[in-house]
Amino acid sequence: MTSARDEILARVRVALAEVEPDREPVVAPVVTARPDVVGLFAERVADYRAVVERCAEAGLAEAVAAALPAGSRVVVPAGLSVDVEGAVVDGADGRVLSALELDGFDAVVTEARVGIAETGTIVLDHGAGQGRRAISLVPDKHVCIVRSDQVVPDVPDAIVLLDPSRPLTWISGPSATSDIELDRVEGVHGPRVLHVIVVG
Amino acid sequence: MSRTFVGMPAFPAAARAALADTQLRHNLAHATGVIRAKRAAVVAEVENWEELRLAGAAVKDRALRDLGTHLVDLEAALTAGGATVHWARDAAEACAIVATVAKAHGVDEVVKVKSMVTQEIGLNEALAEEGIAAWETDLAELIVQLGDDLPSHILVPAIHRNRAEIREIFLREMGGAGRPAPADLTDDPAVLAGAAREHLREKFLRAKVAVSGANFAIAETGTLVVVESEGNGRMCLTLPEVLVSVVGIEKVVPTWAELDPLLRLLPRSSTGERMNPYTSTWSGVTPGDGPQEVHVVLLDNGRTRALADDVGRQALRCIRCSACLNVCPVYERTGGHAYGSVYPGPIGAILNPLLKGTGDPQTDSLPYASSLCGACFEACPVRIDIPEVLVHLRSKVVDGHRDDTVPKAEAVAMKAAAYAFSDARRLAAVEKVSGLAGRVLGRFGRATLPGGRRAAGRIPGPGASAWTSARDLPAPPAESFRAWWKRTDGGRR
Ligand code: SF4
Repeated sequence: MTSARDEILARVRVALAEVEPDREPVVAPVVTARPDVVGLFAERVADYRAVVERCAEAGLAEAVAAALPAGSRVVVPAGLSVDVEGAVVDGADGRVLSALELDGFDAVVTEARVGIAETGTIVLDHGAGQGRRAISLVPDKHVCIVRSDQVVPDVPDAIVLLDPSRPLTWISGPSATSDIELDRVEGVHGPRVLHVIVVG
Repeated sequence: MSRTFVGMPAFPAAARAALADTQLRHNLAHATGVIRAKRAAVVAEVENWEELRLAGAAVKDRALRDLGTHLVDLEAALTAGGATVHWARDAAEACAIVATVAKAHGVDEVVKVKSMVTQEIGLNEALAEEGIAAWETDLAELIVQLGDDLPSHILVPAIHRNRAEIREIFLREMGGAGRPAPADLTDDPAVLAGAAREHLREKFLRAKVAVSGANFAIAETGTLVVVESEGNGRMCLTLPEVLVSVVGIEKVVPTWAELDPLLRLLPRSSTGERMNPYTSTWSGVTPGDGPQEVHVVLLDNGRTRALADDVGRQALRCIRCSACLNVCPVYERTGGHAYGSVYPGPIGAILNPLLKGTGDPQTDSLPYASSLCGACFEACPVRIDIPEVLVHLRSKVVDGHRDDTVPKAEAVAMKAAAYAFSDARRLAAVEKVSGLAGRVLGRFGRATLPGGRRAAGRIPGPGASAWTSARDLPAPPAESFRAWWKRTDGGRR
């Protein structure tokens, strides 16, 4: 008996018997560079009804603290470049928080790998300062720190920088749905509030 | 979802029923109008949209033209990344694989990310037979599932339900499926979304096994890509211990870099956004992050049949954005259910016959569910020439019915049309007859179309009656264009 694999590949061979493969990767067109990519990034993120603010490196700790309502329970990843008072570090002392435990937090603070100006997108590759995927997903508020030198003009620039062997999360505004009569509603399952702090 | 599309009546009968449903027509017209406007605005913003479309089409073509090589590469990269790769010739094999994985973990439920392919293979029903509940987690899919209903749009499956109906469904059905809706539920969309969040969160937090599809599968790196809005995708792809992704073999993209044009084309064409809220990518297993057991089911289920069709092959480029649905005048009026398939609208009219082959009356009626206006081709981000494939498939359907004793109405109509169109003098004669008919019908037709045009309703007689029983034709003008031109010398007299 032939395996499903062999049979499918054989069907593909038969179907394409007369077709010449095309071995050159396709290069897509790029857009004309814009003058102020960081400004555009901030504007486009805000278009998604996310909170966006810009600050200097020296003011970062203060900006993060101000973004977190008093008394909120905060989780942070290991390696975050800023101290968040009272926050629980995921994985500290080798203890990984369960999904249920994560559900008990109000907010998470992470950094990012790259910001895309054209689309107002933040990409996390879940390295140091970003944490595993679950921590930036379950809490209802995501405070995300993006450094201005991480912002690139468009999607192809980001694709070049990103390592696909890592898990990636592309975030463009807070969770949203338009499933009910096409009214856009922020917040279904992901964080309902996205607060982006652009540094520098 | 307990209802399926199997045994749906052919398009004309189903369309007639849908056309009579004014609530459905109202919702559809509103929804497709809103999405069309949003899409137009964000597409106009991209300076080289046409070049981008060409690039998107070229990437998918390149993937399809050497599909065997890319599939083998994908399998190798996935395996190297720690995933288990399965192959499924058809729906039954794919469902059996998913059920086996779920049973190996002793679960009686799985959470699901909205995925057309799992609907195509009837996964929920197959799992139900094995005693496993499959929870849809996309808001629209949840509405459809709780309402014991069928999805009617690729992107907004509950487009046919308004907020009052959704509130009713939530109040009535949520309790039976888990956490009930709060008693004071209003029909404010934000409140309804909040109820869905509460209802599904307990399922996400306890789920052991998740099932997803994938929008793209990168052969070079073994990376799967899921594009979504609500975060239910991220929940399913991140929290459970085990993840099974069912991926049609046409989802392959050769290299990581070639994902770029597709990620730029899809959200703008689909939801009319610069980028969708969330896109997740993963390559097999990441130690300490997300599911530690990852399965990928590569599915044929008719795709190699479509691949073998020289003209139809381009339909496999489809990235399921639904732009062609939103611009289609036929879809706007009938909705998705009339197509009798999980793939409705213009793409469904070509994809279903290509995947299933011609011969079944329901499938055979689909290539006729179009006026060949060409709006779908213009909107399609990967430039699928849907009208070209429709015409090609119509000829296949007609060929398939050559030996029938009673010729198909459409075949008769098409043959008559071909006869008339092939000679200008004959065309003039036919137009004169139809002009005469127009004068007669003008007197008897009672219905009025939007815009005040008279509708002819059904035209009696063999052939024509089958054609018009599903179409309220505008009454032909009393004078044909050619007769008018001759009489007035092109309007000068
Ligand atoms: S055929 Fe084109 S426009 Fe229609 S859903 Fe597929 S990609 Fe989108």
